[in-house]
Amino acid sequence: MRKTLLESLTHGSLTEPAPPPDEAALAELVRTVDRAAQAKLGRSLAIRQVDAGSCNGCELEIHALSNAFYDLERFGLRFVASPRHADVLLVTGPVTKNMRQALERTFNATPDPKWVVAVGGCAVDGGIFRGSYACVGGVSDVVPVDLHIKGCPPTPTDLLKGLLALLEHVGGKG
Amino acid sequence: MGLLDHIPHQSTVPAHRPWPRAVVAEEGWRAAIDQLVAGRATLLGFWGEPAAVHMALLDAASAEIAVVTYECASGSFPSVAIDHPPALRLERTIHDLFGLMPLGGGDRRPWLDHDVWGQSGPLAGRSVARATVPYEFLPAEGEGLHQVAVGPVHAGIIEPGHFRFTANGEHVVRLEQWLGYTHKGIESLMQGASLEAAARLACRTSGDSAVAYAYAFALAVEAALGIEPPRRAIFLRALMAELERLANHFGDIGAICNDASFALMHAQTGVLRERCLRAADAAFGHRLMMDVIVPGGVARDMSSYGIPAMQALLAEIKKVFPRLIELYDNTTSLQDRTVTTGIVKTEYVRQFGAGGYVGRASGRDFDTRRAIPYAPYGALSFDVPVLDAGDVNARVWIRIREVEQSVALIAQILDRLAPGEIRTALPAGRGPCEGLALAEAFRGDVLVWLRLDGENRIERCHLRDASWFQWPLLETAIEGNIIADFPLCNKSFNCSYSGADL
Repeated sequence: MRKTLLESLTHGSLTEPAPPPDEAALAELVRTVDRAAQAKLGRSLAIRQVDAGSCNGCELEIHALSNAFYDLERFGLRFVASPRHADVLLVTGPVTKNMRQALERTFNATPDPKWVVAVGGCAVDGGIFRGSYACVGGVSDVVPVDLHIKGCPPTPTDLLKGLLALLEHVGGKG
Repeated sequence: MGLLDHIPHQSTVPAHRPWPRAVVAEEGWRAAIDQLVAGRATLLGFWGEPAAVHMALLDAASAEIAVVTYECASGSFPSVAIDHPPALRLERTIHDLFGLMPLGGGDRRPWLDHDVWGQSGPLAGRSVARATVPYEFLPAEGEGLHQVAVGPVHAGIIEPGHFRFTANGEHVVRLEQWLGYTHKGIESLMQGASLEAAARLACRTSGDSAVAYAYAFALAVEAALGIEPPRRAIFLRALMAELERLANHFGDIGAICNDASFALMHAQTGVLRERCLRAADAAFGHRLMMDVIVPGGVARDMSSYGIPAMQALLAEIKKVFPRLIELYDNTTSLQDRTVTTGIVKTEYVRQFGAGGYVGRASGRDFDTRRAIPYAPYGALSFDVPVLDAGDVNARVWIRIREVEQSVALIAQILDRLAPGEIRTALPAGRGPCEGLALAEAFRGDVLVWLRLDGENRIERCHLRDASWFQWPLLETAIEGNIIADFPLCNKSFNCSYSGADL
């Protein structure tokens, strides 16, 4: 264990420079986010991830945000275990009808001010599951969405760009 | 002696490949159930159609497969689950989706149907009445018992599902799962879909097994149409499958250790996992390699960066991983959490036909790549690690040994990869035909059964994740353990919610 730890200390960091915030995401946020809420949170956001019926591909890439290459926490972004601790809901999936109520309850349990980020092609409009008897068809059909991060699944870099745009905007720079 | 020799049947379906499908009456259906109960056959799959139910059976000794079909003339069929519990959730699903009634009593609660779809029997093709009674969990009786309800929204970044614990103090007396939250209606979206659209849906049945699903789906289509992909495509498929296995096993080994609060391992395997995904992206243009395997071959060839990316990845794993194995093996505080925790009994993995590391950590020596080999695995040499302890520790070790095997397999594949065609054109107008295939995903065998119409469109497609036969065993593994060890047990199974919810 000692050798592994020492090497981690001496071999330099794997963490990569931050990508620029996504321009399209910034534009979307300017339209949607309430400026009054911006000043309250500074540059730190607590994120609660909600899988509303995804194939679990998005979850894998959201997980990757915490690895040494992307190191999400250096930006003041961190995942929390309860919606009651969260500023941001990161929602994936085509919102299955079986998850609709749970998503609504999670949203209602999150204190204001809060933002909803819909992640993945399904979360936009149901994606390839659109039209199924079992899917609602998009996160914005159930809760108000502030930002969409597209992709199937979006890469960790895509996710980071979108989340950094949110952070910039919330921090008042947007 | 063939499996069907013991099962009286009326006829066999001519265009079902590569294994036979036989239509049986009640006598044959019961004979098939007897084979399962006696342990001579393993249930590989159990699925419905508007007026029929099918069971895929595996002869435990000869590795021979057969499908038996019971036509539900009066909208019902003799229950399998009443005699053979592994069929229970699949049977409840058949009732939910097709409105077909299992006869003979037993657990008749809905499974996927949470009474919010706005319709009953969505695949029945007729109107089906649904009894609306509130879902009730099974009772547990005794002094001082209390219940803990967890989910569907969990604390981590994981899929949704409900766990109902009954505990006495810290000790779990009973765990009951209630899943179905991620049910997307994949099988209904499949109906009438083109092969291209259907392959995309198959990929997204369980995103962590996108390659394995696309692989099994393509094999089933190719079996139905009686075609074979070109040699290069066959090797590229196996390359992607092993790369997917590596990425997932690294993720799992780290995540299990992380649930025992050993973050160092999680950080290290997280780096290895990321390197796998980057190599996949460099070689195939997608980190999870979605939509690369298609019926007839692969949609695109490996890029010129592929070979150096794979070689660099293998070198890195060979350098770093042995040290991580040592780290796992020599950290007593970690072993204290994983050894003897969450034991799955051998008789259960045999009875349920549990595949993957869940089965192999409890003594079930089964891996589709070897037991029912599909190209190119028959031509590659590899070991299938098997252990008997059945605890969290054994499931970690199976993954560790499988990482080593996958590294060796990728090296063999790179050696044999020759230039050539990557896709065979699909023949048109072959008439209706059916195919069945299995592929080994990182968590176990994926089964795909499908029927094509005369124009290469999906008439019906059923996808069965390995998790169907693993989830119920998690309920047994946690008995007598403490609630605080549940995340560890759950992670060591890492069952798919989406794959089993469909």
